[in-house]
Amino acid sequence: MLDIGLSIVSLARFQFAMTTVFHFFFVPFSIGMAVLVATMETLYAVKKDKVYLDMAKFWGKIFLLSFAVGIVTGIIQEFQFGMNWSEYSRFMGDVFGAPLAIEALLAFFIESVFIGIWMFTWDRFKPGLHALMIWMTAIGTMLSAIWILAANSFMQHPTGFKINNTTGRIQLTDFGAVITNPQLWRVFPHVILAAIMTAGCVIAGMSAWGLLRKKKDENHFFKVSLRFGLWVSLIFAILSAGAGDLQTQQIIKDQPMKFAATEGIYKDTKDPAPWTVVEAIDAKNHTASSQVEIPKVLSILAYHRLSGSVKGMNSINKELHAKYDKKFGKDMNYYTPPKTLFWSFRVMTGIDLLVMLIAFLGVIWSRKKKDTIENKKWFMVIVGLAIWVPFIGNSAGWFITEFGRYPWIVYGLFTIADAVSPTSTVGTLLFSNIVYFLLFTLLGGVMIWYSRQTLHHGPYYEMEDSKQNVDPFAKEAFVK
Amino acid sequence: MTLANLWFILIGLLFSIFLFLEGFDFGVGMSTRFLAKDFDERLALMTSIGPHWDGNETWLVTAGGAMFASLPLMYASLFSGYYIVLLLVLVGLILRGVSFEFVKHAETRTGKNIWMWTFFVGSFMAPFLLCLMLLSMVQGIPMNANGDAFPKFFDVVNLLSVVGGVAGTLLSLVHGLNFIRLRVEGPLRDRARKLNQILYPILFLGEVVFAVLVFFQTDFFTKRFGSSLFITVLIVLFSLLGYYGVLKDKEGFSFAGSGLSLSMVIVLLFNGLFPRVMIATNPAHSILIKNAANSHYTLTIMTIVAAILIPIVAIYFIWSYTLFTKRINPREHTVKY
Repeated sequence: MLDIGLSIVSLARFQFAMTTVFHFFFVPFSIGMAVLVATMETLYAVKKDKVYLDMAKFWGKIFLLSFAVGIVTGIIQEFQFGMNWSEYSRFMGDVFGAPLAIEALLAFFIESVFIGIWMFTWDRFKPGLHALMIWMTAIGTMLSAIWILAANSFMQHPTGFKINNTTGRIQLTDFGAVITNPQLWRVFPHVILAAIMTAGCVIAGMSAWGLLRKKKDENHFFKVSLRFGLWVSLIFAILSAGAGDLQTQQIIKDQPMKFAATEGIYKDTKDPAPWTVVEAIDAKNHTASSQVEIPKVLSILAYHRLSGSVKGMNSINKELHAKYDKKFGKDMNYYTPPKTLFWSFRVMTGIDLLVMLIAFLGVIWSRKKKDTIENKKWFMVIVGLAIWVPFIGNSAGWFITEFGRYPWIVYGLFTIADAVSPTSTVGTLLFSNIVYFLLFTLLGGVMIWYSRQTLHHGPYYEMEDSKQNVDPFAKEAFVK
Repeated sequence: MTLANLWFILIGLLFSIFLFLEGFDFGVGMSTRFLAKDFDERLALMTSIGPHWDGNETWLVTAGGAMFASLPLMYASLFSGYYIVLLLVLVGLILRGVSFEFVKHAETRTGKNIWMWTFFVGSFMAPFLLCLMLLSMVQGIPMNANGDAFPKFFDVVNLLSVVGGVAGTLLSLVHGLNFIRLRVEGPLRDRARKLNQILYPILFLGEVVFAVLVFFQTDFFTKRFGSSLFITVLIVLFSLLGYYGVLKDKEGFSFAGSGLSLSMVIVLLFNGLFPRVMIATNPAHSILIKNAANSHYTLTIMTIVAAILIPIVAIYFIWSYTLFTKRINPREHTVKY
């Protein structure tokens, strides 16, 4: 271990966080875009309005860019359990591998095969049948989310297992319990709904930039897209807030420390509990001083009623020590990183509310009767900038989930420090961290650059272009 | 047969399918520099695997996932032990994977060339390093009682592993050229055949060197003489079938021949490993299938899942190939730079 704080565990954790966050930029966006592009194509098949076909094609290009990056970074995720966390893989193999393998067999194959078909069969299938191909991809991405979240939910709240006394490893006893884990069925809707919201925000935001250019031939296209994106953002921001609330109820039950940390509560609150908006946290001395408080709101958030106190981290810490000292020793630190969780929660919920507000105003101002949205340039710029906020919100949500598990990698059973590969060295980990960092910077930069360029060209760019030149990736390359 | 053994075979099968499919995928990527003369041709080659590469790669993901789900101790030892090699494999697969999409969006000649080069480099890196790793692990590497592998540089990079890596890469290239003969028309197709006429003799030489090195550097022929010999002969016979197909201009034969040779390399390695999954220089530390495997309950579930899903996957996977059978002509479209 080096003195500058580069321990193997911290490097491995940093790498996991970096790869996961980067991967998770693209995954929710791809899931959402798949669903929305499929919806657009279905609308075309039903209504026969060409604008929906143009939409499916144009937004499909943005979708494919994110899908490509999402796919390739996904392989890192699968490999790095073995590469960086081999002790974890040994301990958890009996439970964790199954969802991962099923994900590949059930979901990845559907995604990867049908996306290939969808890309190359635009003029070979009837619109309805062609839309089915992207629906298959969308279903594949969602199935994939179920299985990876099933694995993650087990790490948050282990169910259906026992510890094998001879090997000391986890042994699966009830597969049904793993896939009916209450955590799973609360986190899954939250993730999917937020994913669709994310895609809605990007479509609305990019359409706003498109409209601001004031090109006559593109006006209708971007207007329809903007309305579509705003409606999706509004509906799914509300739904994902609801799903998040349900998930919170479960977290209070299963992981009280995580919840107390997201609220920055050290001492048990009074009854009814007030909700802290801003707080100064002193993580070293386990104290916090609220700076803005709203009475009773935390009781409502936590219990859906006007009374009830919430347990603070100090008492939960004591309980955890009483419960686990025999197994993990007296020196274990059970305080999850309170500042990260406190602020991540506020960023996540704040962003959701912000999206609701923007989308609500946008829907109002763009309604047919009193369509004034295009004159509000300031508002269009805000919609355009709001492309970025759901990505930050998604990452914040992921931070809460993963940092809130501390100090365990499998809640109550196996610590992060025990999970790391014994073969790792600071040198190799530094090397891989740098490689990944450079790679992600490159991929992220290129992806954003090409998305921007696609928007700049507008929806009719390639169609005019194809009069002289056949797109080498279009069906002509195959059918002729 | 125990379920653990069944899964060992299944993982071998998944890797073989992966190498059969992604083998030509990689080979087509490599041939963008060896065969194509201009950008149009490169793009036509890339297009020939455009709808398929993602599905092909999924077999690797599945093999990895299946290893984690059935033999987690193998997964943990192998993946953590070959950290740097796998990191580079990932870099290759990533650069290659994004190039399919990025090359469409690049507008300048330089931009398009950059992604064509990453496509080439990635297609070359992945099979070479994967074969290097596999041929390194079967020679036996330093491991401790916990099952942690600590291969040193010369455990990873040595005569057999490098020859194996080169042979695997060459076989992938040959396989790719055979695929191109099935999917592309015009001069590219003829050039692929001519190049293969040159490459096959080199390949046979490589296979002989490979077989000799396997004989001396591994315990395959001392532990499992009959089967190892049989599979080695099959590798050469399938290559001969491929060569016959090239000479007689029967693309189907040559494609099947080169693909099966590649698959048989995996079969040889897995047959030699059996009943071990990792070979340690100290035999006491080698990991056996029965020790590496998950519980009977988990394996039963996985077996049921695989028995249901693999046939379904196979059906739509094959269907997706039947959709794109029309040959591509690189001259029938012009590409905007």
